[in-house]
Amino acid sequence: MFEKKKDELLIDHNHDGVDRRGFLKCMAWAGTGALCVIQGGVLKSYSLSNMPELSAEVAGELSFVQISDSHMGFNKAANPDVVGTLKAAVDKINGLATPPEFMLHTGDISHLSKPEEFDTVDQILKSASPKDVFFVPGEHDVLGDDGKQYLERYGKNAKGAGWYSFDKKGVHFIGLVNVLNLKAGGLGTLGHEQLEWMEDDVKHLKDSTPIVVFAHIPLWTVYPEWGWGTEDSAQALAYLKKFGSVTVLNGHIHQTMQKVEGNVTFHTAASTAFPQPAPGKADSPGPMKVPAEQLKSVLGITDVNYVQTQHALAVVDSSLA
Amino acid sequence: MRRSVSTAVLLVALGWGIAGLGVGTGNFTASAQQKPQTLDVKIDNFSFGPTELTVPVGTTVTWTNRDDIPHTVVSTDKVFKSKVLDTDEKFSFTFNTAGTYPYFCSIHPKMTGKVVVQ
Repeated sequence: MFEKKKDELLIDHNHDGVDRRGFLKCMAWAGTGALCVIQGGVLKSYSLSNMPELSAEVAGELSFVQISDSHMGFNKAANPDVVGTLKAAVDKINGLATPPEFMLHTGDISHLSKPEEFDTVDQILKSASPKDVFFVPGEHDVLGDDGKQYLERYGKNAKGAGWYSFDKKGVHFIGLVNVLNLKAGGLGTLGHEQLEWMEDDVKHLKDSTPIVVFAHIPLWTVYPEWGWGTEDSAQALAYLKKFGSVTVLNGHIHQTMQKVEGNVTFHTAASTAFPQPAPGKADSPGPMKVPAEQLKSVLGITDVNYVQTQHALAVVDSSLA
Repeated sequence: MRRSVSTAVLLVALGWGIAGLGVGTGNFTASAQQKPQTLDVKIDNFSFGPTELTVPVGTTVTWTNRDDIPHTVVSTDKVFKSKVLDTDEKFSFTFNTAGTYPYFCSIHPKMTGKVVVQ
């Protein structure tokens, strides 16, 4: 089980001379965001609070931002102003030293799948400097209609229930859906059809292609007792074994966490709406109320940079504080 | 109300008929004269309480979501399915047929429960 620390987590990999391993550094808790830089196919992660000094180091060929769990429509004590905190996330993004080229939203865009909730998020994100946003759905985005509305809004060019892939500057991105057809007692599910598509999608790629996979529910087992994992993620990861660098970006658990397993770096982003407790540290994974003045320190964004020549991906979480 | 009780009796009769228990009509009359019960299940901290409920045929069970997060109540065998329940919203279902009804929250599938109807 991943040990979460309150302060900064630093994982250093030895450079092996082949320059495949960069180092990972991320804020383990404070982020509503992280900056990810891909260098030599490996992801590097930095805290956005250190951005001024890091900006020169992490400037790469490709920079993008991950945001997650905006839960538009949520209005309970844990955050009565999710509009305000999403706007703060956008301000943070617009203030980044290296303007990101696009954004990933890893789901739970809305709280109750209401059209006006999606509309509000779309409207707020329009004021962000990156104009392209790539979405995957969270379980809150597919309520009541098995994701029909989500697909109409965000999945026009997607396959199946909303999965797709695209390439940016030599990096292959794969957006997956693991919040539909959930079985009683189970975890997130990708399903046979999506797995088959994914196997086919990566088959033709060179082993040296950096891969970024993004999905709502973590693709590693964070805490199964709270459903924080995906039943058939092992199969998906098996298709990615041949690649030198795989970065997995998830949301859902409303806190930043990172784990490195062989060629795969797993990373979860903070929410822009409300924090959730560390695994097993509360009776349930429900919204965690923190003193109002501390809220922004537990919300955040994640910034990712790819530096081709240095062969690494860097991920930086930063809080909204 | 009169009508729903008759329906319950009919369904019970069918159920027992299929099971081949051959119970006499006297028993049906007795159960039809029982006042229909209502029971509550509360959703707190991502769990159903009580998790298991054993009730007589004709009982109406009402679930209330007391969490800050929406939940659903969905029969594993597709017998009943609530809409999404936001905080303090309720869902009721009347169990007119004996049997075991496992259910779960389709948003948080780790949340499971069971109603046994006798």
